[in-house]
Order: sequence, then C-alpha cells, then structure tokens
Amino acid sequence: MVMDPEIPTISIVDLGIVTKISSEKDNNAFVQLTPTFSGCPALKIMEQLVIDALKTAGYSEVVVQTSFETQWNTNMISEKGRAALLEHGLAPPPKHDGYFELDVLSDIACPLCGSRNTTMHTPFGPTLCRSMHYCKNCSNAFEAFKPVS
Amino acid sequence: MEFTEKHVMGLKDLLYRMADDLLILGHRNSEWTGLGPILEEDIAFSSMAQDKIGQSLALYEILHEIGESEPDTVAFTRNAEQFHSCHLVELPIGEYDFSLVRHFYFDHQSALRMDMLAETVVEPLQMVARKFRGEVKYHTMHADSWLKTLANGTEEAKIRMQQAINETFPYALGMFELSDYEADLIEAGIFPGEAALQEAWYRVISEKLNAFGYSVPEINNSIPSTGGRKGHHTEHLQPLLDEMTEVFSIDPSADW
Repeated sequence: MVMDPEIPTISIVDLGIVTKISSEKDNNAFVQLTPTFSGCPALKIMEQLVIDALKTAGYSEVVVQTSFETQWNTNMISEKGRAALLEHGLAPPPKHDGYFELDVLSDIACPLCGSRNTTMHTPFGPTLCRSMHYCKNCSNAFEAFKPVS
Repeated sequence: MEFTEKHVMGLKDLLYRMADDLLILGHRNSEWTGLGPILEEDIAFSSMAQDKIGQSLALYEILHEIGESEPDTVAFTRNAEQFHSCHLVELPIGEYDFSLVRHFYFDHQSALRMDMLAETVVEPLQMVARKFRGEVKYHTMHADSWLKTLANGTEEAKIRMQQAINETFPYALGMFELSDYEADLIEAGIFPGEAALQEAWYRVISEKLNAFGYSVPEINNSIPSTGGRKGHHTEHLQPLLDEMTEVFSIDPSADW
C-alpha cells in the first residue's frame, strides 16, 4: 500500500490519483497516475514509491507514467479517503457536480468539533491542496483539503 | 484535419507563449516569498508561483513531444530573445499594488485561455487546459478579493490601485499580441485566437472593475506594449533569466 507522502493516513488509491493499472505478464506492471495539482512536488516521490512497492511485491518490469489524460478532481477521493483525511485533522473537501462557487470554502465543518460556524482564513495553505480556516465554535485554526473541479 | 507545417508552427508559438509567460511570472511571484506584506500573502504568491511553474513544465513537455528540446534545456538555456513571453510578466514585482493588478489582469486572461483550450483539437493541450482551469480558479479568486478589499479601503489604497490599474493596462494588452499564425490556428480548431481572447478578457475585467468601483481603462486610448511574443523584451527579462539560471549555468547536472 502506497501512502501520500504529505498526508500519511491516505493511500494514493483512496486519494483517487491511480487512473490505470495493467499487467500483461506475471512480472510486469503498468500504473498511470494523475497529478492532484500540476505543481505538486510530491508527484515524483509518489512515482518512486509505487515503483518500490511493486518491486517489493515481486514485479521486475515496472512502468509508472504520470498523465493528464484523466484530470483529477476532489470527487475522486473515496469515502475511506475522506475518513482518512479527517483522521489526519484535515476537513475533507465539499463534494461538487463539476462546477462550484468558491463560497463553499466558507461552509466547511471543523474537523475538531464538527461545527459549521467556521470561516476561511486563506485559500492558500501549507501545501497547494490545503486551505486554512478558523472555527468560531471551538476557537481552533484548522486546515481543509480544497475542493478542485 | 491534417496539420500543415504552418499549423504546427502556430501551435508551437502558442505553447511557448503560454509556457514562457507562466515560467517568468511564476519566477516573479516567487520573489514575494519572504517579503509578502502579511504571512498569508507571502504563502499565496508562493503557492501561485508553484502552480504556474508546474503548469509551464506540463506545456514544455507537450512541446518536447512535438520535437522541441527537453523542458530543462528550454527553460534554462535560452536567452531573452528566444522567449515568447509578454512584457507584463517580466516587469519587476514593484509595489504590492502593481503585483496585485498584474495578477488580476494575467490570471483572468489565463482562466479564459484555458476555457478556450479546453475545447482545442490538440488532445494533450486539451487535457492540461482542463486541469489548469481548476487551479487558476483559486488565482482569480485571490486577485478579485484583494481588488475588492482595497477598493473599499483607505483613500490612499483606492488612488494607488486605480493608478496601478491604469499604468499596467498597456502591458496587459501586450498579452494579446497577434501571432503570425492567428488564421491558421483558428482554421485548424487549435485556438480561437488572441483577438477573440482579448475581447472576452476585456469584457470580464471591465465587469469586475466596475463592480469593485474602479474606472476601466479605455482600449482605444492605450498603446499596447508589444514585441515580447517576437523576442523583443524590456531590459528586465535578461537579468531575471541570469538569476533563474545561475545554478544550472554553474553545474547543469546539479540535483537536489
């Protein structure tokens, strides 16, 4: 199992970035990944982690390709993945139907107390995929995984 | 439709314009790292820099697939005359009012260009344009919220923002300098063209500026700062490139 290097509670499958898998022979594997953000610095690390995991599992011919063929969006995070984000202290992204107004960022449930009495502080957090919020109910600052369409 | 040599030349010019704009503005945005007026702004400009440089890499990769050199070679070994970026992106960061207005003008252009390219016949470009749209949304949102906030700020804030809006406008028009292949790109369904993009952009920024309470510069009273798309740059680009490529020039095989 390969975990996200920046959010160790979520696997890259639950994150939704594994877009193709195939194997033609016993020892050969092909995996396609799609970036969460074009400028995500963790991408090269994730490619390497996939290669290492498959080699350990006995695949000697491994090809990992990163492609924009399927464009990642936050609806691709699985239910298990959303729970894993919460476990890491990150509010999961609101679901959307392809288009959303950024007002949704002012209606995020606090991952610590569950209150929706929160406010967005800034859409740019410590990594490209996170925004920063403040909970007026429990007076804590928290981070959310930003919705991306 | 089979692409002719002119279509391919036009496509390459279009990709270089976009990639070079993103790389150079990404570098300029990163100059705010550590200097932003407040911590959140420091992080905002740094994050946008990261997005833009990531996007430029994806575009240089498409160029590489159609016969151009490796992305690092293209980014780090060309001189100013070989860059297709517009003058707007190469100007120094200046004061925060200028950086915010440049950000507003550029990113609305970028968002609309991606909307158009989301329907291009060039498949790899279509895929990245669809991806970038979601990222640029956060950039235009950031620019809009600051233009709006400062319009409702002190008298000094309003005056400085309006001045920056007026003074930056001719440079912004330079983003839409016509390509020699404009007709070819339109004919092949690659891109609806810089003129159509400028029209859509002017409509959007006029609407926003009016809503925030600023006056909108007139296109007819402005002389666009053009030449960048053909390799004629201001004196600011080469020093930027010298700094950006310093490590690569000392040791092209350096890794970290």
